[in-house]
Amino acid sequence: MNAADSAVAQRAARIGAPLLVVERASLAFGGVQALKDISFDVREHEIRAIIGPNGAGKSSLLNLINGVYTPSDGTIAFDGIVRRSMRPHEAARLGIARTFQSLALFKGMSVLDNIMAGRALRMHCGLLAQALHVGPAAREEVVHRRFVERIIDFLEIQPYRRQRVGSLAYGLQKRVDLGRALALEPRLLLLDEPMAGMNLEEKQDMCRFILDVNEEFGTTIVLIEHDMGVVMDICDRVVVLDHGRKIGDGTPDEVRASRAVIDAYLGIAHAH
Amino acid sequence: MRIEARLRRQWPVVALGTLLLAGLAAPLLGGMTSPGFFLEVLLGGLMAGVLYALVALGFVLIYKASGVFNFAQGAMVLFAALATARLAEHMPLALAAALALVMMVALAWTIERLVLRPLVNQSAVALLMATLGVSYFLEGLGQAMWGNDVYRIDLGLPKDPMIVGEKWFEGGILLSPEDLVAASIVAALVLALWLFFQRTSTGRALRAVADDHLAAQSIGIPLNRIWVIVWSVAGFVALVAGLVWGSKLGVQFSLAQVALKALPVAILGGLTSVPGAILGGLIIGVGEKFAEVFLGQAMAHWLQIEGGGIETWFAYVLVLAFLLVRPEGLFGERHIDRV
Repeated sequence: MNAADSAVAQRAARIGAPLLVVERASLAFGGVQALKDISFDVREHEIRAIIGPNGAGKSSLLNLINGVYTPSDGTIAFDGIVRRSMRPHEAARLGIARTFQSLALFKGMSVLDNIMAGRALRMHCGLLAQALHVGPAAREEVVHRRFVERIIDFLEIQPYRRQRVGSLAYGLQKRVDLGRALALEPRLLLLDEPMAGMNLEEKQDMCRFILDVNEEFGTTIVLIEHDMGVVMDICDRVVVLDHGRKIGDGTPDEVRASRAVIDAYLGIAHAH
Repeated sequence: MRIEARLRRQWPVVALGTLLLAGLAAPLLGGMTSPGFFLEVLLGGLMAGVLYALVALGFVLIYKASGVFNFAQGAMVLFAALATARLAEHMPLALAAALALVMMVALAWTIERLVLRPLVNQSAVALLMATLGVSYFLEGLGQAMWGNDVYRIDLGLPKDPMIVGEKWFEGGILLSPEDLVAASIVAALVLALWLFFQRTSTGRALRAVADDHLAAQSIGIPLNRIWVIVWSVAGFVALVAGLVWGSKLGVQFSLAQVALKALPVAILGGLTSVPGAILGGLIIGVGEKFAEVFLGQAMAHWLQIEGGGIETWFAYVLVLAFLLVRPEGLFGERHIDRV
């Protein structure tokens, strides 16, 4: 009891100032309002979940943060810098990495190359030096390779490192996707349904990886799920979306107790 | 067992291979020709195939990285060759070629800025039309800057044909050293490209973009820069093709039409496959020479017609027949869509 309490207190102490602040963000595609007036923040070292039924706008929100979409209204501030539009590769430069719901791996490339590609931003040597593997380029490749091997160990995918990603089992591909994002050494990691389509054992593995990433590297994490179960156990705070609006925000316990959230999930029009 | 299963799955390739081999062997077996002449035709076909492959390679590189079907590849070959030929009148050839390369890089940058970037996310047809426009623009620009005569590029290759193998064949085989050197240049180019794509981090980024645009952007790879790089590489390939071709046949405006020959080559190879482009080029090069020489003879003999002109349409018929059984080409990605 006491031990659990102190663990919670310790976690709370690690959580810092807001890293990402979304202020009254809206997103419209033509006449369709995908997101309306969404405000929330994500604090440093936090694991923040965004949940909601299918079609609630979760992925749209993630794409907004990552710069794939530009908000039609409102602002997004990362690390104190407010901006309205930004492209995905600029987001990556600032330290925002992501994984994809329907896998978007480089299928023709090996596991190693996929994760090495995640280091692209940190490689600076000239083309010719790279091609000939001489001098600083050789050293650079070795340094990054070492880092990538650590990620591979961490995700327990050592036996597959030379295999083509397209030939791997789905659960393993999900890990490679996470590995590629980790290779960026992101400050903010966006996970789009990391547990979708997994069996229970794979889900537990993925939860462990997410918690370890957060613990060991201090990475702030935003993750999307439509299945409430697993997420509630590992996240600090939850945003609940339904039909493009925010209908709940708070700790897992608060959210679970909220009438609006229960209705959204069970689809009950609450008539007295 | 596994080989057998693979062969069964790959039956269109096997069938094409068998058919080609049969087509190759037929003139020999039919006693229509001497082995020496047969080999000469074969080598001539391979040489033409190497050049087709070079142009097809440019198609494939750009298609892989940006999904754009670059119709202007032929015009790029012409432009690069023209630039080199005319500049070489005032300076050493190496310097002229280097300047032409600089021009191709500048061209890549301009195309990215003025054509690709404004048309991003437009349909493939819009982009194809845009490259058609680029193609005609390049031809016009080339003519305006350098005129439309036939120009020579002298790579200093040995021109005198050698006769080899007199011991084995009657009369030996007529072999052009120029062709041999050209073939080695092409082989070196392919090796360099392979090194670039497989061993450099820029190459890795290019492969990443070819696989998935969005994911590549999300790990910090800027698409615009990658496009400039890949169009520059295609420009470099075009320059090499232009030099080799121009040295063999002279630089003239019909060079741009080579795109029409490289098109079936790229499609036969599978559009996204570099080895496919090379193999496809060789198949079509050899195939059309054989068809012209031997099939033409046979047709003239049996049907009592002139029997020429097969070379111009053979590539297209071959590709059409092949696509009927294997729409993704030799090594292309097979698309299975869920319904």
